[in-house]
Amino acid sequence: MDLLEYQGKQLFARRGVPVPEGTPATTVEEAVAAADELGYPCVVKAQVLIGGRGKAGGIKLANDRKEAEEHARAILGMDIRGFTVHRLWVEQASDIAAEYYASIVFDRAAKRPLVMLSTQGGMDIEEVADRAPEAIARLHVDPLLGFQDFHARRLAFEAGVDADVIRPIGALLTKLYDAFVGEEATLVEVNPMIVTGDRRVVALDAKVTLDDSALFRHPENAELRDVSGEDPQEQMARERGLTYVKLDGNVGVLGNGAGLVMSTLDVVALAGGRPANFLDAGGGSKAEAITSAVEVILSNPNVTAVLFNIFGGITRCDEVARGLIEAFRQIEPEVPFVVRLDGTNDVEGRRLLAEADLPNLYTEATMLDAARKVVELA
Amino acid sequence: MSILVDRETRLCVSGITGREGSFHTRNNQAYGTNVVAGVTPGKGGQDLDGIPVFDTFHRAVEETGANTAMIFVPPRFAADSILEAEDAGVALIVAITEGIPAHDELRVYNHLARNPRVRLVGPNCPGILSPGKANVGIIPAAFFREGNVGVVSRSGTLTYQIGNELAQRGFGNSTIVGIGGDPVPGTSFVDALELFEADPETELIVMAGEIGGSAEEEAAEYIAEHVSKPVVAYIAGVTAPPGKTMGHAGAIVSGSSGTAKAKQEALEARGVRVGQTPTEVAEVAASLA
Repeated sequence: MDLLEYQGKQLFARRGVPVPEGTPATTVEEAVAAADELGYPCVVKAQVLIGGRGKAGGIKLANDRKEAEEHARAILGMDIRGFTVHRLWVEQASDIAAEYYASIVFDRAAKRPLVMLSTQGGMDIEEVADRAPEAIARLHVDPLLGFQDFHARRLAFEAGVDADVIRPIGALLTKLYDAFVGEEATLVEVNPMIVTGDRRVVALDAKVTLDDSALFRHPENAELRDVSGEDPQEQMARERGLTYVKLDGNVGVLGNGAGLVMSTLDVVALAGGRPANFLDAGGGSKAEAITSAVEVILSNPNVTAVLFNIFGGITRCDEVARGLIEAFRQIEPEVPFVVRLDGTNDVEGRRLLAEADLPNLYTEATMLDAARKVVELA
Repeated sequence: MSILVDRETRLCVSGITGREGSFHTRNNQAYGTNVVAGVTPGKGGQDLDGIPVFDTFHRAVEETGANTAMIFVPPRFAADSILEAEDAGVALIVAITEGIPAHDELRVYNHLARNPRVRLVGPNCPGILSPGKANVGIIPAAFFREGNVGVVSRSGTLTYQIGNELAQRGFGNSTIVGIGGDPVPGTSFVDALELFEADPETELIVMAGEIGGSAEEEAAEYIAEHVSKPVVAYIAGVTAPPGKTMGHAGAIVSGSSGTAKAKQEALEARGVRVGQTPTEVAEVAASLA
């Protein structure tokens, strides 16, 4: 789960990572009141889960009340690369002497957290990594040992930060690691991490990804999910406990097991079609779950045909067939369905479908034939 | 021969009295796997169809000589159960549980890495099947028979799909290893390739990868250096958009890294044949065998 900047900053503040003072706002009036309270100059920042906010005009400096109001009015409701701004963060303007970069990520290859520090902050770090990889100091931390002071010193010296801020940077990195572990994040990124005119080190931005699987231990974080930017089908699927990803095509896809569904999308694409979604009905799906999944797939208006690709292991094909028959009874879909059932109880599943004689439903024996058929019908 | 599980396997199931745990324990036993014990704290002294249940892994190992653990407990208890199995001296731990917190997995991985006598397979995996010998996990054994193709995969049902296509062309399997769909698998492609290379029964290896991470690229390097047997690969997720988790916690393209295309190219550059569909994988395997 990705956090908005202000949520990340509030989380940082809780863990002792220095951040500028600020207040969230959802209306122009709230934003102006927040600006008055914080004092001028202040910064009005769009809160959306996408990068490039500054370039899109979503971050503005306000020198007085009139400017704060103008900026809040302009930014609220603005579209930034497909995300509508519903929320602002108004914060005290910072006096920036230097822009650095700090992050902690899960390094899957090393199976350890990777801490990175660079004096080249304020820009896309992937660009820095391409152009000048030596400008980023990197260090893996043994999760059983934790982040030590010497780790912080090594990073600071190798990155070449100003000598007078080595200590405060070390302190910030230590707190950042505490936040990474304590809040069970999979990413914490501070870009830029600034040195102020009076030589303090402050997190001027916050990008935080929390581990969804650990939210049961952090109920206060579970409430932070921002549904305003979420796709309606994805939201519907999440509420129903289904694993669904919206795509930009027109062939609805349902399968069981993440790998098989990914493979099904690829085979549809190879057959010349464009998948409308990824939907993993999961292992052991019961009929009700299948009916519920069909509703989610068909709620996407782009869908012109649907492919069911089931290889039953724990999932029983007769259960899938029952769910599909029930879905046809309840929803009466207007688009054609192509169904491939293989594996556990497949004979019974195919028999049930044949008996039900559903309109506009085609069965195919193999995954490839099913993909070709659905592309032809879509 | 086979790898990891066989007739020497003495299985202890953590979570044996749960709904899923008891169902799959019975399946594994019915297949012929030697299930010697179960662990459910507080239910020591009970039994499941005659399989004794213990309160702790330590008691189970002492009393039954269990050498393999299967973890079926819910995610919040799973890391602890894996650590307990390791501490009790079990040599192979197969973790089926999906949804274990990432930081738990990191701690478990780094702790187990210090013990050269233990191997973890999974978590979030379908388990290991050596046809005709033992089934530890949830792989539907009916679709597979004995043979000489070793299969290693990050996905469950995709493995069944590929295995079925192979079976239709007359192939059986030495062992099928599901390494799981999480970002920090206990056993990697490289680990499984090393075991298959050393297994005399395995003559051909099929590996099924997917988007996310760099395990397939590392496997490509390893194959070029250390694997003499033919390897056919498949990578799922060519059409997956970046930044989206595709069902498995580990299946995500981050920025420009972890794409299916990069993995396919890395494998092909090292001389590994890559099938574009599960069907093509089986066709290529047939041409090499």
